[in-house]
Amino acid sequence: LPEAPTPAPPGAAPTDAPALAGIRICDFTGQLAGAGATRTLAAFGAQVIRIEDPTNEGRWDILRGGPPFVDERRGINLSGAFNTTNCEKLGITLNLRTERGKELLRELVAISDVVTDNFAAGVLARLGFSFEELQAIRPDIVYVSNSGFGSTGPYARYRTWGPIVQAMSGLTLTSGLQDQPPAGWGYSYMDHQGANFMAIAILAAIAERDRTGQGQWVDMACTEVGLALNGPSILDSTVNDRPPRWAGERSSNRSTSPAMAPHGIYPCSGDDNWVALSCRDDADWSALASVIGTDWATSDRFERFAGRLADEDELDRLVATWTASRTREEVVRATGATGMPVAPVARPEERIDQDPSTAAWGMWPTVHHREMGDVRVEGLPIHLSRNDWHLRRGAPCLGEHNEEVYQGLLGLTTDELERLHEYGVV
Amino acid sequence: VSAGTRNGPLTGLRVVELASEMAAYAGKLLGEMGAEVVLVEPPGGHWTRWIGPFLNDQSDPDNSMWWWHYNVGKRNVVLDLDDQADAELCRRLIGSADVVLEAEPPDRLGALGLDHPQLRADNPGLMWASVTPFGREDPRSRAVVTDLTVQAAGGPAWSCGYDDHSLPPVRGGGNQGFQTGSVWAVLGVVLALVNRNRSGLGQHIDVSLHAAANATTEAGTYSWLVAQATVQRQTGRHATSGSLTGPTQAQAADGRWVSTGVPPQTKEKFAALLRWLEELDLSEEFGDLIFLQMGAAHGIQYAEVGQDVMTTEIMGAGREALILLASRLSAYDFFIGAQECGIPCGVIYSPEEAMADPHFVDRGMAVEVFDEMLGRTVVYPGAPLVFAGTDRSSITPAPRLGEARPGSDPWGPRLRTSDSAGTAAREEGEA
Repeated sequence: LPEAPTPAPPGAAPTDAPALAGIRICDFTGQLAGAGATRTLAAFGAQVIRIEDPTNEGRWDILRGGPPFVDERRGINLSGAFNTTNCEKLGITLNLRTERGKELLRELVAISDVVTDNFAAGVLARLGFSFEELQAIRPDIVYVSNSGFGSTGPYARYRTWGPIVQAMSGLTLTSGLQDQPPAGWGYSYMDHQGANFMAIAILAAIAERDRTGQGQWVDMACTEVGLALNGPSILDSTVNDRPPRWAGERSSNRSTSPAMAPHGIYPCSGDDNWVALSCRDDADWSALASVIGTDWATSDRFERFAGRLADEDELDRLVATWTASRTREEVVRATGATGMPVAPVARPEERIDQDPSTAAWGMWPTVHHREMGDVRVEGLPIHLSRNDWHLRRGAPCLGEHNEEVYQGLLGLTTDELERLHEYGVV
Repeated sequence: VSAGTRNGPLTGLRVVELASEMAAYAGKLLGEMGAEVVLVEPPGGHWTRWIGPFLNDQSDPDNSMWWWHYNVGKRNVVLDLDDQADAELCRRLIGSADVVLEAEPPDRLGALGLDHPQLRADNPGLMWASVTPFGREDPRSRAVVTDLTVQAAGGPAWSCGYDDHSLPPVRGGGNQGFQTGSVWAVLGVVLALVNRNRSGLGQHIDVSLHAAANATTEAGTYSWLVAQATVQRQTGRHATSGSLTGPTQAQAADGRWVSTGVPPQTKEKFAALLRWLEELDLSEEFGDLIFLQMGAAHGIQYAEVGQDVMTTEIMGAGREALILLASRLSAYDFFIGAQECGIPCGVIYSPEEAMADPHFVDRGMAVEVFDEMLGRTVVYPGAPLVFAGTDRSSITPAPRLGEARPGSDPWGPRLRTSDSAGTAAREEGEA
């Protein structure tokens, strides 16, 4: 393995060393909710060693081998989704149902700073690696587990996927249109946020260890992270004793917090073209009304917020009538010139290939994957001024770094590794 | 528990936060991990104090539950940054800080002599997170955005909505576009902190809301990056570019909705599903059990769904069985029954219902706080993460506009408290 650059001593000038140089993570995460967390840390230079089960080719992670694909080839190493979620990591195989496998894991934990997983609660403990057992191997270990419901409480045994986390935490019901069923999220929003919070938990626990010398176990429950993402509306209910809202009660394209009207997504000409318009106040409305220029728009009826709110359905209908006969670009140009908030509902190809802002940010770096070749992946939405992230290496193929880790880090010989392979340990 | 002295992994870290709508959640999260958060707001109160919902629906800067939620545990000081003396106090305050958190327009603070390049010389360990719409260097960051326009331009809205594309795409509720940016700001701060512990040096963290939205759509992004395919939105489930998947949401017998999520894959789960249908006397009604039985015999590989006809049929049968079961049970009984079969399903709760769920109550997510100002108990959602030494139940209410919270710090008495400034502002308004 390449030696991690030596961290600069306190007070030293800025360096090119990665932000997390010297931090090693023994990583059991998968899917996006877990693997996304260690991806961020790997992008900032932590050494993330992803451990996969050789007996099922790592298929516990449904992204392993799944779509999308860069070409006609299919196979366990050829998933574009797995690649984007695991770039910059090392990958090894290890069968924890074998005694030798457990021994090797103990050796790896002993030289790691952090152990991570997003198995259902208790899985790692049943394999013999509870927090207490991890601590016995390495007293200052940081262990962060990310499960749906956490390791205690009535649902500790229950399992989740992103959409279930969103359902149970209130995020699905609060996404939808009036008089319609919940729309929910068209992707696992809570896998993204779960990954982000898991990365925060790992780093905060490392910071605490830096200060106190103590490790810890953070028992993260992804549903609780989701629940905490709807605070003001929860307070509205608990404080004002309102009955719980029901599906279809109001449109989440409108805005009550802050209160804005008109505020929505309106149709434009052509196929499935939409524009988002927000009138924050009477001045924004006045600007929009003068662009629209019709009698209804400039009438006293809608001049003040109270009037617009009193007849929001009718207002939305009228605004939609105006937008529907124009192209998205016309609406964005005309209303955007006034300074009011407006945006097209961007298709993936538009925000990825035709958006100067994402290009300037460096949002779509190309990584090199051993079998897939050069593939674009998602970048990170933060830039650090001294030691920023980089994504150059694609996700590991199954067991791609067995030699580097078992021989380079744990000191096994070529023969020993060969035998482990024969016996199904790796 | 007094404000600013919480335990947690960030104990000892002082954060100066310039009040904002876009980054308020970041300050809250840092405080919940033990940091001391000093919130700087202008005389008369920051405008976000007028964001509803309000206590008893009465608009008032101390009644905003938006303010209450995002500012629990913070202390406030009132400073008019356009005033030279106040700007100097702010500079001094930042001199004592580890972290600055702000979401100001890109050029404003530099012009006031209050940005990272000008203040880091005296405080080389200073970490500074700026949240802007498109990143600090992007000219578009001077424009105003709302959570809606962030989610529209950045990708989330395209993927959310209904099978019926005559209905508009949907922005998910709860201002998640802004909150996602705040979460990344916190991630940047703890990254910079771990690095500072090794290098002794702080740094600037540039957060783009637009990039954060772009990094939050799962297959919406990688289907295009990898295969130049455009995902299409579907009711209650993942937008996809491939063969469209069947419905995953169902209305339960009690009228509430449930999510059936990803249907069963293993043979054990198919077998449990067959037993559950049997127990409820629904096998006959379900009719063709053959695909479920094939699932129980062999299981399926998720990667083959859509590629292999039989696998697709078996997965579809699993989903249809769950939807039938949901229609005959209350949402809650369906959730429990499915989970007992090992199949991850869930109730589509409102956030308020979730707060009352026995599991979250058991884990302390519903935190009762006695508010002295109100003379009553308020139930807050607890912190999303619990660390060794942190306590979900230690919530200090957000600072009121007319509330003086003199600190024990040397700079404390030199700053105007929000009390005097608020009073002055109100008197001015009345005059």
